[in-house]
Amino acid sequence: MSTTTMGITAAPDLGEVLPPRKQRGKIGMFIYRHPTIFVGGLLLFIILCIGVFAPLLFTTDPTALAPARRTRAPNAQYWFGTDMLGRDVYSRVLYGTRISLIVGFSVAVVASVVGMFIGLTSGFIRQVDAIVMRVMDGLQSIPGILLAIALMALTRASVENVIVAIAVTQVPPVSRLVRSVVLSLREQPYVEAAVAAGTRMPVIIIKHILPNTLAPVSVQATFICASAMLTEATLSFIGAGTPPIIPSWGNIMAEGRALWQVKPYIVFFPAAFLSVTVLAVNLLGDGLRDALDPRLAKRI
Amino acid sequence: MWAYAIRRIIATIPVMGIVALFVFSLLYLAPGDPAAIIAGDQATPADVERIRASLGLDRPFLVRFLEWLWNVLNGDLGVSIFTNLPVAHMIKQRIEPTLSLMVLTLTFAISFAVPMGVVAAWKQGKWVDRLVMVVAVLGFSVPVFVVGYVLAYTFALQLDWFPVQGYTPITAGLGPWINNLALPAVALGSAFIALLARITRATMLEVLSQDYVRTAKAKGVDQKTILFVHGLKNAAVPIVTIIGLGFAGLIGGAVVTESVFAIPGVGRLVVDAILRRDYPVIQGVVLMFSFVYVIVNLGVDLLYTVFDPRIRY
Repeated sequence: MSTTTMGITAAPDLGEVLPPRKQRGKIGMFIYRHPTIFVGGLLLFIILCIGVFAPLLFTTDPTALAPARRTRAPNAQYWFGTDMLGRDVYSRVLYGTRISLIVGFSVAVVASVVGMFIGLTSGFIRQVDAIVMRVMDGLQSIPGILLAIALMALTRASVENVIVAIAVTQVPPVSRLVRSVVLSLREQPYVEAAVAAGTRMPVIIIKHILPNTLAPVSVQATFICASAMLTEATLSFIGAGTPPIIPSWGNIMAEGRALWQVKPYIVFFPAAFLSVTVLAVNLLGDGLRDALDPRLAKRI
Repeated sequence: MWAYAIRRIIATIPVMGIVALFVFSLLYLAPGDPAAIIAGDQATPADVERIRASLGLDRPFLVRFLEWLWNVLNGDLGVSIFTNLPVAHMIKQRIEPTLSLMVLTLTFAISFAVPMGVVAAWKQGKWVDRLVMVVAVLGFSVPVFVVGYVLAYTFALQLDWFPVQGYTPITAGLGPWINNLALPAVALGSAFIALLARITRATMLEVLSQDYVRTAKAKGVDQKTILFVHGLKNAAVPIVTIIGLGFAGLIGGAVVTESVFAIPGVGRLVVDAILRRDYPVIQGVVLMFSFVYVIVNLGVDLLYTVFDPRIRY
């Protein structure tokens, strides 16, 4: 390739000097750049499928009692064994997936929406700010699980009440986050320009402020989802969560508690599912944070 | 510094007030009419009304709140519905195991997590760092009680190194006390270690990229001094902040850990109270733990001035 003209060697083609670049498709590139989003998302997708298609995955009625076959060890017929009332642990664990996912997602959505509303309001209206933030201080000073326990003690056990009780504990951090974003955005030149141009406040909030809070809030929402799943399991485990008749992972573990020394598998399977699910959501959250909020990624 | 301390202490008073208001509302809103319960099945509505008036339950919310607050400030947390014992007395009886568990967990977690984070930051990108990060993500994802069961199954049931459950008071000797609390403390500390190691690593990375660290390296200060004197001391403020905030998770975890290891502490007390719907006990425990949490964070705020004398707001 290098042609010699009057003793001068032309520069070789780049292709000869540089190592060959790996060609990646769009999807390959995404996996390469955000491995945690990919792994977390894939795991979560599998778990979601397990929850949605639980009836098709060779399960039986998760609440069917059969005292004759109680506390069987895992075998070919009962893959995860049976509990002390003879219920099939495999079916219960698979159906339990639904409760965890529903609670996790609902809490994340409810806490984010309410937190954003409170954060936006208190970031924009000074008079509200002082009072609302003191209330949030107070709420945050009660350890989360204890607050959820107290709220659950007030109401009857149901999945909806569990969602509300956990969401209440997660609202203060979201509103604080949104408020801090609002306070810094309010001073930005483009917001000042919008104010100077006579844009009305609601339009400024919705068009200029709200979109900028979405990235940090969705990262936060992912972590809330993970923590809500853990809290639901913990509440159910100590008897203050999902009503015992509903097969949730916390409930299965609570029932296995009395027998854990002799029949550890009743606790083991729901524990493993719960841990993998929470891990998937946490990985997704870590990846999302790195991708959406590089400033925050450096901090934590 | 004293002005700062006094200002911080005064600032916690409204927070405590709001916490008290929340906790009081809990009992106020609790289902079931105490007057009707005391009056019994045979009582006429007039009887119930009379008992309600004699208990002062017919007075306005604010009056009852202030009266309750006055009692709380005098150490009276009410009487348990189930045992008829004063709640303050029940908590006092159960406080030692919980306090022991907390202290041991904190000591263990801090002495593990902080060096872990420092080493991870020092060896950033190397396998030690990756290992620490994996442990950190796992610690966040596995619930405390699951860690507890795995530890108890392995080290108590299979290997028989530690007792499976129970509690030995510290008066029975330091050895048995630690022996009994070792597994619960490791279980409870797992999530806390994850949190703390992560924050330590992140803060250390930031501090280690500062100019004065480069200068220290250039003039030949040895690695240990750079890491622990130039580095860790300047990373201390965010680290103690997280220790304070993470204390809430520790309290929640203690409630569950005590159930797993059958430790007769305040956590067990509240779990039993939930099952019996014993509202005064739930209220008392929530109030006590919230108070401890606020005080711990006040302590953290005051510690700032030790680590960073520039803080004077």
